[in-house]
Amino acid sequence: MKKPKKESVIRVLSRSIGNNKLNSLLAPAFVSLEVVLEIFIPTLMASLIDKGIEPGNMGYILRQGGLMALACVCSLFCGMASGYCAAKASAGFARNLRRNIFYNVQTFSFGNIDKFSTSSIITRLTTDVTNVQNAYMMIIRTAVRSPFMLIFAMSMSFSVSVKLTLIFVAAVPILGVALFSIIRVVHPIFRRVFKTYDRLNEVVEENLRGIRVVKAYVREDHENEKFRSVSGRIYDDFVKAEKTLAFNMPFMQTAVYSCLLLITWFASRIIVNSGATELTTGQLTSLISYVTRILISLMMLSMIFVQLTLSRASADRICEILSEKSSLTDPPAPLYKVGNGEIVFENVTFSYSEEYDKPCLDNVDLKIPSGATVGIIGGTGSSKSTMVQLIPRLYDCTKGSVRVAGHNVREYDIEVLRDSVAIVLQKNVLFSGTIEENLRWGKPDATDEEMETVCRAAQAHDFIMSFPDGYRSRVEQGGSNFSGGQRQRLCIARALLKNPKIIIFDDSTSAVDMHTDAMIRRALSQTMPEVTKLIIAQRIDSVKDSDMIIVLDDGKIDGIGTHDELLENNQIYREVYLSQTRGNNGEEATDNG
Amino acid sequence: MADRVPAGRPPRGGFAGKTDLKSLDKAVLKRLLSYFIPYKWTMLAVFACIILSAVAQTRGAQFIQTVIDDHITPMLTSGSRDFGPLALAIVQMAVLYAVGVVSALLYNRLMVNVGQGIQKSIRDGMFSKMQTFPISFFDTHPFGDVMSHYTNDIDTLRQMISQSIPQAISSLVTIVTVFVFMVATDVVMTAFVLLTIAFMAVFIKLIGGRSGKYFVKQQSSLGKLNGFIEERVTGQKVIKVFNHEQANKEEFDVLNDELYENSSKANIFANILFPVMGNLTNLQYVLVAIFGGALAIKGVNGLTLGTVIAFLQLSHNFTMPITQVSQQLNAVVMALAGAKRIFDLLDEKSEENEGYVTLANIETIDTTHANVVDNDIVEIDEKYVRESEKRTGIWAWKHPHGDGRLTYTPLRGDVRFYNVDFGYTPDKQVLHDISLYAKPGQKVAFVGSTGAGKTTITNLINRFYDIADGKIRYDNININKINKSDLRRSLGIVLQEVNLFTGTVMDNIRYGRLDATDEECVAAAKLAGADGFIRMLPKGYQTEIAGSGSDLSQGQRQLLSIARAAVADPPVMILDEATSSIDTRTEAIVQKGMDALMEGRTVFVIAHRLSTVRNADVIMVLEHGVIVERGTHEELLALKGRYYNLYTGKFELD
Repeated sequence: MKKPKKESVIRVLSRSIGNNKLNSLLAPAFVSLEVVLEIFIPTLMASLIDKGIEPGNMGYILRQGGLMALACVCSLFCGMASGYCAAKASAGFARNLRRNIFYNVQTFSFGNIDKFSTSSIITRLTTDVTNVQNAYMMIIRTAVRSPFMLIFAMSMSFSVSVKLTLIFVAAVPILGVALFSIIRVVHPIFRRVFKTYDRLNEVVEENLRGIRVVKAYVREDHENEKFRSVSGRIYDDFVKAEKTLAFNMPFMQTAVYSCLLLITWFASRIIVNSGATELTTGQLTSLISYVTRILISLMMLSMIFVQLTLSRASADRICEILSEKSSLTDPPAPLYKVGNGEIVFENVTFSYSEEYDKPCLDNVDLKIPSGATVGIIGGTGSSKSTMVQLIPRLYDCTKGSVRVAGHNVREYDIEVLRDSVAIVLQKNVLFSGTIEENLRWGKPDATDEEMETVCRAAQAHDFIMSFPDGYRSRVEQGGSNFSGGQRQRLCIARALLKNPKIIIFDDSTSAVDMHTDAMIRRALSQTMPEVTKLIIAQRIDSVKDSDMIIVLDDGKIDGIGTHDELLENNQIYREVYLSQTRGNNGEEATDNG
Repeated sequence: MADRVPAGRPPRGGFAGKTDLKSLDKAVLKRLLSYFIPYKWTMLAVFACIILSAVAQTRGAQFIQTVIDDHITPMLTSGSRDFGPLALAIVQMAVLYAVGVVSALLYNRLMVNVGQGIQKSIRDGMFSKMQTFPISFFDTHPFGDVMSHYTNDIDTLRQMISQSIPQAISSLVTIVTVFVFMVATDVVMTAFVLLTIAFMAVFIKLIGGRSGKYFVKQQSSLGKLNGFIEERVTGQKVIKVFNHEQANKEEFDVLNDELYENSSKANIFANILFPVMGNLTNLQYVLVAIFGGALAIKGVNGLTLGTVIAFLQLSHNFTMPITQVSQQLNAVVMALAGAKRIFDLLDEKSEENEGYVTLANIETIDTTHANVVDNDIVEIDEKYVRESEKRTGIWAWKHPHGDGRLTYTPLRGDVRFYNVDFGYTPDKQVLHDISLYAKPGQKVAFVGSTGAGKTTITNLINRFYDIADGKIRYDNININKINKSDLRRSLGIVLQEVNLFTGTVMDNIRYGRLDATDEECVAAAKLAGADGFIRMLPKGYQTEIAGSGSDLSQGQRQLLSIARAAVADPPVMILDEATSSIDTRTEAIVQKGMDALMEGRTVFVIAHRLSTVRNADVIMVLEHGVIVERGTHEELLALKGRYYNLYTGKFELD
């Protein structure tokens, strides 16, 4: 897990340009051409007036008009081409960004996934990418156009009159400083506003999720107050920022108008005094149009600058996720076969983050023979789930080693290891699609018979067949159209289909009744006796027939033994047992097997 | 929640079908404009400023021509060197410019108040309206969609209010001013310019319409991709466990490519609109020059060459604002679609609350004159009751009668169902003919499998949903007559799915009763058995927790929500799987607190652990919305029926 050097945001993002390089280059190229033509057109216009209309020369009007029309058509073509290329390039860039983010998320280990919340991954993939897409389009089109226009118009006007051009050359830095100071004031406010926006969304989201609590406690007014205060903060900040930003336009106008008037004054004097030899009226008209263009470009540049700084936050967030490297890597020469289902923990210590001083698992030693059935019992927060998740290498242990079939789990190819170690997670999910499609996650080419076999073992076949469409019944998002027990049994069947060497049930029958639970366990021991079975459960009944039972407490093994042994000599086990049987008469408790 | 309607993820509503300006309801625009009413004086000032600014701009654009025609050319021909009149003209123009600049600054700043103010009032209005919606609204609307009203839709509105509207006003003013100038100068030329503009309008419509269509498509494929990402990223760990990354990528690519197609098309049309318009304007310039030049040279209509030159500038000034407005078209279409979705939300029906019986704090109550039926006090005339402003711990229902009498009924927590039928949708009945009673202080338990209707029954007591048929009486008052807020204030509820709010642990406990003191909150936490773990947190009761509460375990979150209910101290409690995430050993520890919490209250308990319901006064076994067995634990075991089978593990209970 070596830490790569921190790369610049632009470097990381630019890697996603990929196949859009050509369009990304063509767009600014066409824009530049368009600018040249656009600058050329006022000159044509000026001569159309000076030499065509004023002397009433129809032939010249037609000739010059034709030339101008041609320039317009060319400019039109360039403008459309640049628009086309820019749109293609930026949409393609966004597609690559989304793909690269999503693909990178696929390489994430559980540790990486924990680091980013689900909602933040979603925001990065959607809103943030859209922001960057718009910024990119701006960069390859508008951001090229404005400076280019600035330089070109400037040189054109210099060619008309150096003296007069100096007037607005002087205005440019003044305007630049003014615009820059506005941005400096506004930018931190905008940054703050976006944070407040996050808070606003949080209030709405919590309100939506907890609406039953809000209504049950009649807290509508309280919620309104909370929302209004955040909403008010957004209002205040936005008003402050936008009111400052409102100076942008008047500043620009003041500069343009002052230049216009000064140039008009001085130009008039030059024309009149020189008898229209040093400068003609037509030249004055085009000079004025250049001035306007230069100052508009400056204005655009300041807007681009604001926009880009706003999308900077999005770029940073995307970059964070793109540069996140999976904390788990395949070994250089991996093993491609898991021999059997033996599991050994040797001095295993684990903590989720390095800074945390108290480890979740503390020096665990354990040996589970292949084919054994092992129960794991322990209170909330005793790290049962953490312990079993080290076996398929969902996390790497901090100290010590976890071995499967005699080899350290880090020696295996990750995919092979995870195919051999099936785990039914506590927070399990079904995906929208059909039952069959969900089952095939376990084995893509599973036959109908294979699916039926595992579903029978997981006690799911009967209820599946009770639906009109059987195995082809629809599963809604999150499996919301099935009961909790049905969902759990489908998840078990899905895991069984992998035909693993080791299968881990992380509290996966909590919603299944005791009878069915027992049936599943019996089916498992009959159909797959050679598979090592780890069962985390809260109910003593689920584990008491196991070959061995591990009692975990606060990240440490508190006791290992059979049901009878633990009842005899382990206090925690005895307490759990009593808490589940108290009030029953003894006879009933033993009957519930 | 098992009873919740499955949340499918249809593409965001309202955007389907045709979305050009015409098909969007004019009512939407009208309603949007009504938000400007509080700002009518500000808007008047804004209008005035925009007109001033536009006049300055229009005059400014013609200024150079005026200078050439009125000053330079005459001076050149006459040989005069008197720059006085020119200087005066420039100073006059400078003053006009200054007025324009100041007006621009003013209206921009005023519009900030209007834009942000309207935005805030829509946002606040939307949120407070949402608080009044019935639970069924939240069942049927995916959170992501509701959230997008607060983010995307408001955002498009903001752009429209603060950019498109001022732009449109300013353009309109310019267009009218220039038009007047044009007509005054020459009618024939004006007609010709209008003709060329009509031709350009065809292009605007063609390109703008296409662009709008693809923006809509882009929105819908974005929605689809969002849905996919949400589902898959949520299940990311399962994907890892099944080595399903490759298939996941492939499915993602399909949707991602679709979005790319629509997004690039939408942007292509938006991007080419400006160059098309810009160059058509230039072409128009050439056409005007040729047409005008030809007319002037032939001397038709007394047209002079000077007029043609003036017209060239005028036609340019006339077309520019049209181009600018066409640029805003997409923003307007999207904003109106957003506004429509917001208004649709605002038009959703609020929860009905026609109840007139309210809850009152009682200082003294004289029960000797009470109207007593079956040893229960049914009502006491107002003469014998003294209300209090403060929390006294004694509560009564305040019942105004049609004949002007006002009576009080002591709050005791007696709940009765009479032949209640209910369904979440009219076509699917969930509860059938439910009759039950819970006497004050009794503990009533519901058991049965998922979908049997346990949670539904409790949802009817606090009127999250209203019954279809039958009657529910609370302290012998029909609950439809009780004000909903007061009804709910008298009920405490602890749900399986714990929802906490971002804030301190103390804030979260206090959510149960906002005026509770710190001591009362701590006492409630102790009662719920939460005090122990809270003190272990870095800052104890002042520890900040995120709403999702990922820093707390599920069990700890449940303990907090029990403490929250405890501090509310209501006479009736509903515990819906309140201890399901607490392991049995901890539950045994909490049990004492729970017992204390239930002491002296009417309690409805739903639990799938039978050990939790065993000591209830009465247990109801529900199946498919029907109560199939009822009795005490011992009675039901002796019955050897459904409950017995459940208890001995022969049937599934989830």
